[in-house]
Amino acid sequence: MKTRNLISFFIFLLLVGTTISAFGQDAKEKTGTEGEFDASTFILEHIADSHEWHILTKKNGESITIYLPVILYSKEKGLDIFTSKKLAGGNEYKGYKLEEEGDLKGKIVSVNTQGTVNEKNLPLDFSMTKAVVGMLAAALIGLIIFLSLSRSYRKSGISHPKGIQSFLEPVILFVRDDIAIPNLGHKYEKYMPYLLTAFFFILINNLMGLIPFPPPFGANVTGNIAVTFVMATCTFVITQFSGNKTYWKHIFAAPGVPFWLLPIMIPVEIIGLFSKPFALMIRLFANITAGHIIVLSLICLIFIFNSLSVAPVSIFFVIFMDFLELLVAFLQAYIFTLLSALFIGMAIPENH
Amino acid sequence: MILLANNLVTPGVGTIFWSALIFILFLLILSKFAWKPILSAVKARDEMIKGSLESAAKAREDMLKLQSDNEAILRKAREERENILKDAREVRDRLISEAKGKAKGEAEKLIEKAREGIENEKIKALSEIHEQVATLSVEIASKLLGEQLKKSGKQEKLIDSYLKEIDLNKN
Repeated sequence: MKTRNLISFFIFLLLVGTTISAFGQDAKEKTGTEGEFDASTFILEHIADSHEWHILTKKNGESITIYLPVILYSKEKGLDIFTSKKLAGGNEYKGYKLEEEGDLKGKIVSVNTQGTVNEKNLPLDFSMTKAVVGMLAAALIGLIIFLSLSRSYRKSGISHPKGIQSFLEPVILFVRDDIAIPNLGHKYEKYMPYLLTAFFFILINNLMGLIPFPPPFGANVTGNIAVTFVMATCTFVITQFSGNKTYWKHIFAAPGVPFWLLPIMIPVEIIGLFSKPFALMIRLFANITAGHIIVLSLICLIFIFNSLSVAPVSIFFVIFMDFLELLVAFLQAYIFTLLSALFIGMAIPENH
Repeated sequence: MILLANNLVTPGVGTIFWSALIFILFLLILSKFAWKPILSAVKARDEMIKGSLESAAKAREDMLKLQSDNEAILRKAREERENILKDAREVRDRLISEAKGKAKGEAEKLIEKAREGIENEKIKALSEIHEQVATLSVEIASKLLGEQLKKSGKQEKLIDSYLKEIDLNKN
C-alpha cells in the first residue's frame, strides 16, 4: 500500500514536472521571439482548440508536433481532407490557410487567387482537432473500461463484486441511489444509461485533461464549449421529450396564475426552459477552463518574473491546484449529472 | 486577448458535430453493451440479497411459530389427559354411588316384602286363633250348657261374662 502511494506520488511529480517543462519550453519560445512574455496569449493558446498537437519544442527550435487531419467543406470547393502539416507555418494549401493573427486566429480560412483572405465566407471546419482526438480517446478508454466491466459481470453473475467491479460499482450505485432515484422516482431506470454515460464521459475527460503530457492526455475537452454545448443539448432534448402533460401545462398555463399574467409568464417559462441547459453548458466549461487557466498562470509566474527562484512556489501551488482540480473533475461530473437528473425529474412530476 | 477569449466561448461547428457523434455513439454502445447488463446484474443481486434476507426472517418466524405450536399442542394434550382422568373418576364415583343406592333400595324392598309377609302371616294366624277360640268357646259353651243349664240364674250370668270377655278380646 505504502509503495503504491509512493509510486503514484512520483508519477504525479513527473506529470507536474512535464507540465512545467512542456509549457515552459513554449513560454521560452514566446519570450525569445517577442522579447516580453505575453502570459494571456500563452494561456489562451493552451486552452483553445488546435489543429495540431504540439508536444514539445527542441532546443534548436524544431518542434515535435502531431499533425491532425483537417476536414473542410465549402460550397465552391467541396470536401477536402488533408493533414494539418500542409498548413503548418502559415503555408497555403488547396486555397486554404491557417490564420495566425487577428480576429480569425486559429481558424482555417479560404484564400482566393489574389492571395487575399475571404473573411466572410469561411469553410465549414470538420477537422479532427485536439479536442476531438482527446474526446475520442476518452470515449475509447471508457468503452474499454465499461465493456470489460460488463463482461466481468456476465462472468461472475450475481456474486460479490471483485477486481474492477469493486472499484466502479460504488460509483454506479452512487449515480443510481443518490442522483437518479431521488430526482426521478420510480421511472429512474429509463434514464440511468444517459446519466451514467454523461457522468463517466465528463469524468474521464476531466481526468484526462488534468494529465498534461503524453497525447491523447491533456486535451481541454470538457473546457471546450462545443462539447459542453452538445452535452447540455442532450439533457435539454431528453427533458423536453420526457416532459408530461403537467410539465407543459405549468409552462403554458401555470395553474393559479391569473390569465392576464400569462403573456408575461409564458415567455419567462420559455426562457427558463433554455436557461437551464445553458447554465449546464457554461458551468462545466467555465469550471474546467478556469482550473486550467489557474494552473497555467501559476506556471507563467516563473516566466513573468523570469527567475528560477519563483519555481518552487509555482510548483507548490500547481500541486495544490492539481489536487483541487481532481476534486473539481469529480464534482463537475457529479453536478452535471445531478442537474440533468433534476431537470428531467422536473419534467416528469408524479402528481399535482 | 479578448478576441481569443471570444473565440473560446464560440462553439465551433466541427467540434459540435464530432462531439455529438462521439457522445451519442458512446451513449448507445454503453447503453446496450455495458449499462444494461451491469444494472440488471446489480439489480438481480440486490433482489437476491433482499429475497434471502426476507426468507431468512420468514424461516425464523416460522420456527418460532412452530415452537409455540408445539407448546400449545403439549399443553392441550396435558389438559385432555387431566380431563379424561377427571371424567373417569367421576364415572367411577357415580357408578359406585348408583350401585350403592340400588342395593339399598333393593334391600329396603326385600325388608318391606318380608314385613308385609310377616303382617299377613300374623293376620292369618290371628284369624285362625279367632276361629279356634270360637270353636273352643262353642265347645266350652256346649259343655257348660250341658252342666249348668239347670241353674238358670247362674247360666245367664256366665253367658254374660263370656260374651263380655269375647267382645273385649275381639276388640
